[in-house]
This record gives sequence, structure tokens and C-alpha cells, in this order.
Amino acid sequence: MFPAAFDYLPAHSVDEALAALLKHGADARILAGGQSLIPAMRFRLARPTVLVDINPIAGLAYLREENGALLMGAGARDFAVEVAPFIKERYHLIFDAAAVVADPIVRQSGTIVGSLCHNDPAGDWGVVALAARAEVVVRGNAGTRVVPIDDFLIDSFTTAVGEGEMALEARFPTPNERTSGSYQKIERKVGDFATAAAGVQLTLSADGTIAAAGVAIGAAGPTAKRVVEAEKILLGARPSIAVLRAAAAEAKEISDPIADTRGDIEFKREMAGVLVYRGLLATLKRLQQGELH
Amino acid sequence: MAMTTDPPVQERHAIGQSLKRKEDPRFIRGAGRYVDDIVLPGMLYMALVHSPYPHARINGIDKTAALAMPGVKAVITGEDLVNAGLGWIPTFHGYDKQMVLAVGKAVYQYQEVAGVIATSREAALDAAEVVDVDYEPLEVIADPFVSMRDTLIIRDDRENKTNHIYHWEVGDRDKTDAALAASEVQIDERIEFQRVHPAPLEPCGIVADMSGGTGRLTMYLTSQAPHAHRTVVSMVTGIPEDKIRIVSPDIGGGFGNKVPVYPGYVVATAASVILGVPVKWIETRTENLTCSGFARDYHMRVQIGATAAGNITALKVTTVADHGAFDAVADPSKYPAGLFGIVTGSYDFPTAFTELDAYFTNKAPGGVAYRCSFRVTEASYAIERGMDMLAQRLGMDAAEFRLLNFVKKVQFPYPSPLGFVYDSGDYHLTLRNALDKIGYKELRAEQAEKRARGEYMGIGISTFTEAVGAGPSKLFDIMGIKMFDSAEIRIHPTGSGIVRTGARHQGQGHETTWAQIVAEELGLDPQNILVEEGDTDTAPYGLGTYASRSTPVAGGAIALAARKVREKAKKIAAHVLEASEDDIEWEDYKFKVTGVPGKSITMKEVAFAAYTNPTPGSEPGLEATFYYDPPNMTFPHGAYIAVVDVDAETGYTKVRRFLAIDDCGTIINPMIVEGQIHGGLTEGFAIAFMQEIRFDAAGNNLNTNFTEYLIPTSLETPHWETDKTVTPSPHHPIGAKGVGESPNVGSPAAFVNAVVDALAPLGVKHIEMPLTRAKVWHAIKDARAAASAPLAQNGATHA
Amino acid sequence: MIIRVTVNGTEFVRDVEPRTLLAYFLREHCGLTGTHVGCDSSSCGVCVVAIDGDRAVKSCTMFAVQADGHEITTVEGLAQGAALHPLQQAFWDCHGLQCGYCTPGMLMASYVLLKHHPNPSEPEIREALAGNLCRCTGYQNIITSVQQAAAEMSPQPVEA
Repeated sequence: MFPAAFDYLPAHSVDEALAALLKHGADARILAGGQSLIPAMRFRLARPTVLVDINPIAGLAYLREENGALLMGAGARDFAVEVAPFIKERYHLIFDAAAVVADPIVRQSGTIVGSLCHNDPAGDWGVVALAARAEVVVRGNAGTRVVPIDDFLIDSFTTAVGEGEMALEARFPTPNERTSGSYQKIERKVGDFATAAAGVQLTLSADGTIAAAGVAIGAAGPTAKRVVEAEKILLGARPSIAVLRAAAAEAKEISDPIADTRGDIEFKREMAGVLVYRGLLATLKRLQQGELH
Repeated sequence: MAMTTDPPVQERHAIGQSLKRKEDPRFIRGAGRYVDDIVLPGMLYMALVHSPYPHARINGIDKTAALAMPGVKAVITGEDLVNAGLGWIPTFHGYDKQMVLAVGKAVYQYQEVAGVIATSREAALDAAEVVDVDYEPLEVIADPFVSMRDTLIIRDDRENKTNHIYHWEVGDRDKTDAALAASEVQIDERIEFQRVHPAPLEPCGIVADMSGGTGRLTMYLTSQAPHAHRTVVSMVTGIPEDKIRIVSPDIGGGFGNKVPVYPGYVVATAASVILGVPVKWIETRTENLTCSGFARDYHMRVQIGATAAGNITALKVTTVADHGAFDAVADPSKYPAGLFGIVTGSYDFPTAFTELDAYFTNKAPGGVAYRCSFRVTEASYAIERGMDMLAQRLGMDAAEFRLLNFVKKVQFPYPSPLGFVYDSGDYHLTLRNALDKIGYKELRAEQAEKRARGEYMGIGISTFTEAVGAGPSKLFDIMGIKMFDSAEIRIHPTGSGIVRTGARHQGQGHETTWAQIVAEELGLDPQNILVEEGDTDTAPYGLGTYASRSTPVAGGAIALAARKVREKAKKIAAHVLEASEDDIEWEDYKFKVTGVPGKSITMKEVAFAAYTNPTPGSEPGLEATFYYDPPNMTFPHGAYIAVVDVDAETGYTKVRRFLAIDDCGTIINPMIVEGQIHGGLTEGFAIAFMQEIRFDAAGNNLNTNFTEYLIPTSLETPHWETDKTVTPSPHHPIGAKGVGESPNVGSPAAFVNAVVDALAPLGVKHIEMPLTRAKVWHAIKDARAAASAPLAQNGATHA
Repeated sequence: MIIRVTVNGTEFVRDVEPRTLLAYFLREHCGLTGTHVGCDSSSCGVCVVAIDGDRAVKSCTMFAVQADGHEITTVEGLAQGAALHPLQQAFWDCHGLQCGYCTPGMLMASYVLLKHHPNPSEPEIREALAGNLCRCTGYQNIITSVQQAAAEMSPQPVEA
């Protein structure tokens, strides 16, 4: 299968890319990693007439910590996250996810910001970004804005990035040493989208109660969703099996998946709960909590 | 522990050596030559238009817009082909005919409707999008159990206005029914073998070349059976066979997918004839999965009877087969259900009966032998699942139950109640070796401990028997052409040579193993025996490579052709050694003069003499051709054991260990045989856990590319443990049986048996393949619900 | 659009449509048919090549125009004349291939893996090759092949 014809515009600066987007409007698409877009174009499910390639823009693939946050540039690829030692050390939730996105070859091209912008209902990074309370830096003709992830993910394949705009960077708050997380994904095989997924991040206070909680699920609705009630249950609580079960039950409650070849609705909803529970358990284990009761 | 019974290997033996593959240097350098690598001057490209509807009347096709697109040279429709006499082609066994392009109506989703020929792949695809087809959707039948009611006739072109295609049966119905009724214990279960697709990584394709004004058609074709295809092309088109050359270049995997003739081949060929230039068509993956031959889709009812002590009394299997919209099953003409009669398996049933009814549905046609000797996989799955179900019912250990009921070694050659004569085997030895090697007793002890802790661990056994190497010409033919195979061997003056056969490898290693057979028979260096297959202009006629028939049939032909060469060489040796032919003996890879120590001549020396000093009064040269019509099939067998852990919370199954002990008779190249087993087990694993071509009730195909048709990666695939027993075939020239398909035939039942065994304490009796997490999870949930319900009967089943 | 791509050390200057996929550029514009195509969904990995030496890409999921100014290594670029690359030798020695169709992609994915990870364990190899499908080998001998090549390529341990 081959894409329909299009014009290719390699951008060498963000301004150049924005100018091209402005000029061509809705007909133009940004080409970053291309790992979702190009297959969609090959099946002719996507037919942009202009592709603005941001890969030639120098200095966009950064991955650095600054002002209490991990900054991922629009060119940063999954693979870079997967192999960065400081991610493995401190960003447990992100590290988990980076190893299970798509397949290991696709991860060498795919970008995190691109995945957030694609906003597939079963994508991994939206779940992670919600649980980690990330923000996305969006730039357009009118200037730059920083969008909290909850406002960024609007609907299936729809984000806060408007026409003529591009997402420049994703920002993940740097976890302190009493913070950890876990990403749990059920997939039928490597390379598949999630059947169910859960991202969890917890911060413990000195007295062992939960000082901050992020819980999100994927493949459970039109877009990744925050499990607000679970976070409420966890916040301020002392971790116990009962608390974890109660939080997990909230995930199952709000899970609203579609039935497809990956599974029926009942199974997927159940898995949302199981994965949140397992994610919480794994997180507490990483925080060196003893046996839970 | 003695795991093998093969003879000590002498250093000079070519057979039995793990010779590195001779074909590999080109592949590891990226210098293999597959159909899509062939580029001819002036070549055009074809894209196909497919029906989005599973069943729709075609009121008209408007080519205008497509023809106006840049680079478009032609648009061909079904009507055009009808006018050229090519509207329909016979199906594989010749009992039905199949539309090349939809004529009047489309009868399955993605059916080919038109071909667009243009100057580039992209241009052809662009134009295919704008071919304007006026469809009028019709009612769809996607279920054979609905089809059998004949409320709607799918194939109104046929004389018989019914969706029923045929009834087939073998065995003694009355005796079997009586024996079942009299059995103290019985199972009566429905077992489905889902529709799957072979999906080799190289899709199907063709470069059809009628250019050059010679009136000669060359087809570079992804073909597992080039000669058979040449004959079919000649019969369909009327082009004399000498004017057709089929070249099957390197093939990127076949697994039965590249046995049939597909519409794309015919349309590309017609286009080349019309336009006078070469035309290339390469399937997209979606076309491969939706249009080309599927496999299985058998809905089976399995009844087995036994005494209370566990001695089997009778077997009855009743099958409904979904053949899709055309009866295009790839089975020998006299065997509409293939070799399904092997369904009595490795067990000594006093009586058995099996019957099958096939139906049309609005689905793609097929029924190819996917890494399988014609429906042997379905049969093997039915009996191996059935035996486990019966063992579970009897409360017997699955291994003990099998050992009690196996055909015994002394019974060979064993006439099965459904008409086969098994050549050789030692089922008890193979299973006992497997039990020892995997530590069966220890595993059962571990399982008991885990069950006490509420953990789910399962052990699954499959002890299959296959029937491969079709086959004896009195029984097997395809459209009348007997299923022999052939070999031609030429030994050059300096002692090297070339062997050609009618087989066509797709990764099985013929270029190495055939050289080993010739080297063994003639005492030559296998490195200097070139193997060539796949060009109908040079290779002798043969029926091709599928159904594990290469070694049983072509391999036999090679050994016998080599022996013909040796017979001639013996005369030359006598002449050179100035001895009587009666005094010449072949020993230690040399011709020796009996009783005269030191007087000998090598085959290399004889070869030189054949051209420089031929026997006076006889033909110079040293070559032979042999067409081998095997006296029987070969019956490989094996004992497989799977060990699984099931995560009851998520339905996830981890195959922790898998041991395969195969008995394929004499082993030519142990390294290659082991590789074949690894590959077959992986496909069996894929079928058990992932692969499925599923349709919704409206006839939409849900598995149209590799994001939905799931092929396991290195991460899901278990580590395989392999071993062997060797029971040579008594009738095969070198004692070899087939092996490439055994692991795919034998393993699915082992996986399912293991998962059901893990969940048996819950009362789970069966789960249909593929064993997805969702299905396993539901089976557990349903079983628990049934167990806690006050009126619970004995367990629950989830289909 | 005119692009300049260095493939296996040779510069190819070609005029291509923007929609030309890198795989077809290599196969049809450069005549390097070792890189295969097996699916439309970026699933099978038979098209894997290396870009700029250390990144493995599915060349059916990248446009040729994106390779403008870059260096591509394909399976044809592994051997130095008659001398096989240790990975090629190991695939041959260990029966790491059957039909050969996935082999170029497997070799190139392994080639990039060993650049990043000279001594991968079996689980690490299984993980790294999970973007490449094989229908013939069951992967087992491919993994053995990569292990053999890694041992061959990594510096021999110095005796104490």
C-alpha cells in the first residue's frame, strides 16, 4: 500500500514549521516519528496533502531536567527515554512505559510528543502523562502556551493543538525520592495497542501516608482518563490492601472501553481494575514498603 | 538415557550430518531473488479493486475516471475476462469453479472486482481508488450452520440450488454407533478449529511476461508447485504447455499459501497478454489475508467411547466445514476432506467412523493445507483434545490413558479402522522418553502443590500421528495428475553434479539435503552437488512442495535416481577395472572388485571415465532420471508436552516449557530438522494462542492485516526443547518420513490440553482456540460461577 | 524531489516522489533488493535498515525524502567483499534462517542492537528483535546467532 501524493516540506526551524502549518491549514500534518501517521497514510486512512517534517529541526530531540521537570522535546524518541540511565533511576512510570510502547524498532523512530498529539484511545503516553501530571508546551502564531495534560487530551485523535500550532515539548514533574510509579499494560503481543493499561504514580510523606497520587487508565474510553476517585481515595491514606482495592474498583467503575478483537467490555473493565491494583502494588514495592495488609 | 535408535554415524556419511545450508550465502547477503525483486524492461504494475461488501450485486463498473488517471494503461473487469474466456477458473481439485473477477455479484468481502494496470505501483493504486463500482448489498451468510438451512442460495450460478457442497464419510457407521452406545464411559463434545491463514512473510505475487513476440508466456510466480501450475494455466488458457514457462524463484515462506492459483495471477497474465509487456502484481498484506487461501474452519463433534477401565471402544467425528464462497479446498481430488481419516491418531480403536458436510458461506475461499498434510491438523487436534477430555472424564492421567491405548510397535504395519496402513512407529517409546526427559512425575507433584496453594499450572500432552507424502498414484491425484515426484541427476566429468526435482523449497533446505542424499548414494562431496528447482523449463515434472511431501516423495526420487546412476557407474567401473560386473561391489563409497584387495575406483574416477573412457557399446555420460510413485505414505509421529502457568486474574498463559520428541524416521540433516521443528512449533503456538481469521455476523473480516492477524514475536515465543526417536519408514528408499509439518500438527492440542489441565480443578472442560486472555478469563469466571451456583452441574464450558 | 542519500557508502542522487517509501527507494531506485517488504502496517520488520549507523528503522515507515543527507546501511552493506560480517557468519553457522525473507531485517536489527549493547543476554535479544517477525525459525536459532556474533565481535577478555 502506498500513500496518496503529498507535498513534502522539511522544516529547519520551529518558525519555518509554523509558517508552513499556517499557510496550508488543515491540509497539513506534522511529520515527527511518523510511526502512526505513515501507516495510516499507507492505508489511505490519512490523506494530508502537505507534510511538514520537523525532524530536520536541530536541537528538538532533547531530553533534559530543568526547573524541577523532565523536558522532552518534540523530536525526543521513545528509544532515547528507554535507554537514558537517569530515567531508569528516577522516572519509574516513564521508564516502564518506554519499554512497552509499540515494538523496539518503532520505538527508535516514534516520539513521545508525537504520540501525545496523535492521542490514540489505546496509546500509552497519554496514560503516563495523566498519572505524572505532565504539561505540554504548544506554540502557534499567537505565542506559546503551557497546557496541563488534562486539558490537552480532548477526544479520540483530538488534542488542544489547534490549526497552525505545534506541540513543542512535554514536561514531566521530576519525582522526589519518595515518589515512584508503575505502568501496567496488557497487550496481545509486542507491537499491539493496549487491551487495557494503567499508569500510577505515588508520593509518600514521611509518615508513610500517600502525599500525592496519580492514577490513569488507557484503552478505557475515547482518550486516556484520570481516575479521579481513585486519587481521592489514595490521597492521605495509609497504603493497605483495602485502600488499593478500593482505588482499583474506581478504575473499573469509570472504564468505558469498546468491545473489539482485543476483548469484550466486561473483560477490559475488569482489567482496568486489576492493572491499577498491580500498578499501585508495584509502586509501593519500589518505594520499599513492606508487606501490605 | 538412550534417546535415539539411529545407527552410529560414520564420518563419511553425508546423511545424518548437520551440514551448513548451501543456500544461505545468498540470503545472508541480501542476494536472494524473490518475485518482487524481478524487474523487466517496460514492466507495468497492477493493483486490484476489491469489494467492500461480503455479498453484493454489481450493477455496473465505470472505468472512465480510472482510465483518465496518469499512467493508467488498462482496467480489466470480470466481464472483460468472461469475453476472453477467462471469467472462471477451476478450483484446486476441479470440482468447482471460481470467478477470477466478480461477475454479476461479489460473494465475499474483499473479492477481486477489477484490475488496474499502470506505469507505477502508486499510479495503479491511485486509479484503483476511482474505479466506480455500483454495488447493491445483498443478505449475507457468514455462518455454515445458517448456510445449511438454504434460506438463501449463495452460489446461484451452480446447477444444484443449495449451499451444501458435499458429504463425505469413511468407516463403519453402524458398528461405531453401536459401540458408542455400549460404552461405559463416553464423551460427546464440540471442538472448533478456527479459520487461520498461513501468512508467509513474503506475500503472493507474479511477474507475467508475454512480451517479446515469441508467443511464449513466462510467469515468475510465488509457486509451491510450478509444474502443476503450468498444466493448469495451459488447460485454462489454451496456451500449449511448451509455450509456458513458470519460474518459481526464491520463496519467502509458503506454508500452503502458495499452492493455489489466485485471481491476481490470472488478471496480471491476461494484462500481459493484452498489453504485450510484463505486468507485476504483488499482494498487499491485506489482500494476502483476505483473499488468498485460508486454512481449517472445521466445526467438529467428537464422540469417544471407553470401558470404565479406560480402554477405548469407538471414535466418531462429525464435521461441518466452512469452505467460503467457492469450493477451493487444496485437497487431492479423491479426498475432499483431505487425510482427515487420520483422526484415529495413535490409538488402537476397534471401530471408527467420520463424516463431513461442507457448506458455502460469504467468506473468502480456501481450505489450504497450512503447514499440514491435508486436514491432518484438524484431525490431530480433534483426537488429541478428545483423548484428554475422555481421560479427564475417566479421572485418568492423560499419559497413562494414552499408553494404555496406543497402537503397539508389534502391530505395524498397522491398518487403521479408517483405511490407512501406518508404516512404522513406536509410540510407547516416544512418549516414555518424553515423560522421562521433561520430568513428568516431578511436574505432576509440583502441580499438586500449586493446586493446594490455589495456583494454576497445567501439563498438556499430545501424541500425534501424521500421514504425509501424498502420494501413491492409485490414491492421490490433483485434477487427474498423479502425485508422484521426480529427480534428474547429472554427474559431470570431474565428479561434481547437478540434481533437479519437481519439488520447490520455500526455506526447507532442499539445496542442502538433496545434495546430502546424492552424496550419500554416490560417495561424492555434497558441496559439489548443485540443487536446482523451480524452473519448469529445466526441472523434471513434479507436484511440488507442500503437505510434507518433499522428502517422502521427491527425496525418494532422488535416492532412486542416484541408485540408477550408480547402476550405470557400476558398469563403467567394471570396464575400467577390467572386471566382470558381477564381481563389482559398492562398499565404503567405492566400487571394489570382490576378492581383490586394493582394486577399487571412486565415483569421481568413474565420472571422469564416463566421459573419457565410456564402456564400449553403451551410452557415454553419467546421468539418470527417476519418477517415484511411493507405495504408501509415511506416518511420522511424536510426543509433545507443554507446561503452562495461568494467571487467573488476567487470563494470561505463560508456556513455561515445551518438549517435542519427534520421530520422522531417518534424519538427513539434524540441524535442518530441528529448525523445521522450531518453526512448526511456533506456528502451532500461534494458532493455539493468537491466530484467527474472524468474521462478524455481517461477514466483515476482522483480521485484515498484521495489527489484527497476530503473529508471535521473539518475546512471546517459548523456548523449544527438542529430541527424537528414529523409526525408519520401511518402504521409503532411505527410511525418511516428512517432518516440516508435524510440530504444527501436533502442538496445538498440547497447548490447549495444558491450559485446560491447569483450570481443570475449576471444572473447565474446554476452551476454543485461540486461547486469548479474554477467553481464558471468561472460562475461569464462568467455571467459578457455576461452581458456586447451588444447582451447579459438573463444571462449565466456555466457547 | 531530488535527494542525496548515501547507501552503504555510495551516494545515490535520485529524483523521487515525496510519497516514495524508503524501502522502495532502496529496492527500485538503488537496485538493492535485499531490503524486503512484508506488510503495510509497520508490523513485520523485514524492511529494517540502519540510518546513520545507530538507529534501526522500518524502511516502509519512512519516506525516502526523509533520508536526504543521511547514511543508510542495508544488508548489502554488511559484508566487506568476500568477508562476511560476524552476524552474517553466525546466522549461517547457527541455522538462523530458513526462507531468508526476514533475514535482512533481522540482521539489521541485530546490527543496531550490538552497536548499543555489545553483549546482550538472551532476554535482551528477544526483546530487541520483537519488532521483526519470522515465520520459519521460531526465533531460537536467530537468538543463538546473535549471541555467537556478539561473542565474536566483542573484545576477548584479557587473562589476569
